[in-house]
Amino acid sequence: MTDVAIRCEDLAKQYRIGERQSYKALRDVITDAFASPIRRLNSAMRHSSNGRSEIEKPNIWALKDVSFEIKRGEVVGIIGRNGAGKSTLLKILSRITEPTRGHVDIWGRVGSLLEVGTGFHPELTGRDNAFLNGAILGMKKAEIARKFDEIVAFAELEKFIDTPVKRYSSGMYVRLAFAVAAHLEPEILLVDEVLAVGDASFQKKCLGKMGEVSHQGRTILFVSHNMAAVKALCGKAILIKDGTIAASGMVGDVADAYLLSTTPSESSREWLDPATAPGNESIRISYVRIIPPKGSAAITVDTGAQIEIGFENFRECINLGCTVYVTNREGVLIFESGHRISSERDSQCGFYHLSGRIPGHLLNAGRYSLDVVFGKDQQYVLLRTDAVLSFAVENTATGRGSNMSVAPGVVRPLISWGHSFEEEPSQVKRS
Amino acid sequence: MTENTQISDTTFVEATSSAIVSAPAEERSELPHIRIEPSQGWVSLGLTDLWHFRELLFFLVWRDIKVRYKQTALGAAWALIQPLFTMLVFAVFFGRLAKVPSDGIPYPLFSYTALLPWQLFAYALTESSNSVVANERLITKVYFPRLVVPLASILAGLVDFAISFTLVLGMMVWYGVRPTWAILTLPFFLFFTMATAFGVGLWLSALNVQYRDVRYTLTFIVQFWLIASPVAYSATLVPAKWRPFYGLNPMAGVIEGFRWALLGKTPAPGAMLGVSVIVVAVVLAGGLYYYRRMEKTFADVV
Repeated sequence: MTDVAIRCEDLAKQYRIGERQSYKALRDVITDAFASPIRRLNSAMRHSSNGRSEIEKPNIWALKDVSFEIKRGEVVGIIGRNGAGKSTLLKILSRITEPTRGHVDIWGRVGSLLEVGTGFHPELTGRDNAFLNGAILGMKKAEIARKFDEIVAFAELEKFIDTPVKRYSSGMYVRLAFAVAAHLEPEILLVDEVLAVGDASFQKKCLGKMGEVSHQGRTILFVSHNMAAVKALCGKAILIKDGTIAASGMVGDVADAYLLSTTPSESSREWLDPATAPGNESIRISYVRIIPPKGSAAITVDTGAQIEIGFENFRECINLGCTVYVTNREGVLIFESGHRISSERDSQCGFYHLSGRIPGHLLNAGRYSLDVVFGKDQQYVLLRTDAVLSFAVENTATGRGSNMSVAPGVVRPLISWGHSFEEEPSQVKRS
Repeated sequence: MTENTQISDTTFVEATSSAIVSAPAEERSELPHIRIEPSQGWVSLGLTDLWHFRELLFFLVWRDIKVRYKQTALGAAWALIQPLFTMLVFAVFFGRLAKVPSDGIPYPLFSYTALLPWQLFAYALTESSNSVVANERLITKVYFPRLVVPLASILAGLVDFAISFTLVLGMMVWYGVRPTWAILTLPFFLFFTMATAFGVGLWLSALNVQYRDVRYTLTFIVQFWLIASPVAYSATLVPAKWRPFYGLNPMAGVIEGFRWALLGKTPAPGAMLGVSVIVVAVVLAGGLYYYRRMEKTFADVV
């Protein structure tokens, strides 16, 4: 028995670079009209002299030849790095944007949650916004009215439902938005990383509600790069890389493929050729290393690790800073730490060598990836490299007695325990 | 929906040509099926889809109306104040001082009956032209027929119209003007006003997505159009043989029509109105076509 909910065939989407960023002013069109014949002439001349065209096509394929099939009742995670094409896929499936090629067949009503609180109006009350938002998400008025009390109770906003949402705290705002979204009951639900906001306990409640929904035979597509959430929620997953499907199948396998594909396995990388080194007009990285600290043979829970970053700076007289992000294999950010290289607007052009030490008894055993971000004035990003390398922290038995298995938990602090003992219970002071 | 809730491990397959097995049509017939593919050539208006989303249209109109006079001291009174004061200024400067002929109608009533459709038109045109850009968040995050957006902003103008309309009834009693059977044609002129604003608004809202120049041109267009329309003066100032050409401005036909329908004293706008209807039909059809052509790029460009 075939019960297909979504079938995608050879889906492709092309964007013109920069299309999303800026709208045109008529002035630009006019200047373009004058400039482009000259440019075309130039390139034509170059073309004839070189024998090949040097103009780069300003088009990119955000998605290419994507085909998959999702059965009814499946909960599928779509994972991939930023810019891999996950959101584009979701936007095509939710009919916000059209594919350039290929087609999708969908059987069932589709509800898409690309953002919480879409269409909320600050001047309207919580009640009005619940109805408005529900209608925007595709619910019928009668349906919202029927579920209204449930939504309000879920959001825990009984007292404030007739207050304009502009007086809400951000937490209340998100709770209301989620509550409406969680009561959406289409056959197919497309969810973007909206769960990344809101407080943890409420997130859990929403995940629970959605899990409940999936047991009722609803199909869910969940886009995220939070591996922990994907693993908790989805049975299957599709990995998208550079606009194509790199892997698909059971969520565990795909998650492993994701980590392999996104993080280079070396813990030390060097770029000898400036052309291939990660960089731009501000910064060019020459090496990033994570090595055992002096005197140790390996990176372990006890030793911590040494970070070394070398880069060439092209920006003079700015406040330059470098921050590293350490993320575990579930996609959970463990910490960020930064070094303010110059704070008196006195950066110099040339090579900088940074080194830092991740202390021992901090990271638990496991594999981590490192992002490096260079910034200006602690505000603007000059260069960002996601998952530039990965490194492993080896397990030790420190603090675990004879238990050699990896301790659960995100961090592995060494806590100095103590205890005292008495044979008779001491007098408990009562006030 | 209920007969299949089992999830088995083998149901997930990457669709290769061999893996695709079509299910019997009757099994799926209960579920709505949509196909998403690049649109080509002429696009339909998508009226069934629009009908399906009528509740959203209602909610967007309702939102615009509810929000319009929030946190204002005078509230909906603004809907009266604006045409009323414009009428007073017109009455003093054009009526009293410049002695502009008003076809034998008391000048305040003469200009107010014109201001009614004019204010509706100016509001609808401005709001609809800005609507797509103003609802950027909705357009980039949710699917719905995009025509809902300019349509909703035009319909929201009807509330202001209804409020200011009550005043004209009072004025007619005051000046002792008895409505004739011509008042029955009023809904047509009301509809025609909105169709004009919708037609032009469709063009401008779609252009506004690409070229934000529209936003700055808009105030100018509205001002220019007001002077070119017979609000403060009568269309009879235009020589009779040129009047059909005057109809190229659809608001000329609308305003003269409104005066005739409400007061029944001016001659019925004949050839001029005919020209206006044709102009609006062309602008509206072109606008719908252009808007539908452009709407697929809205989410990528806006």
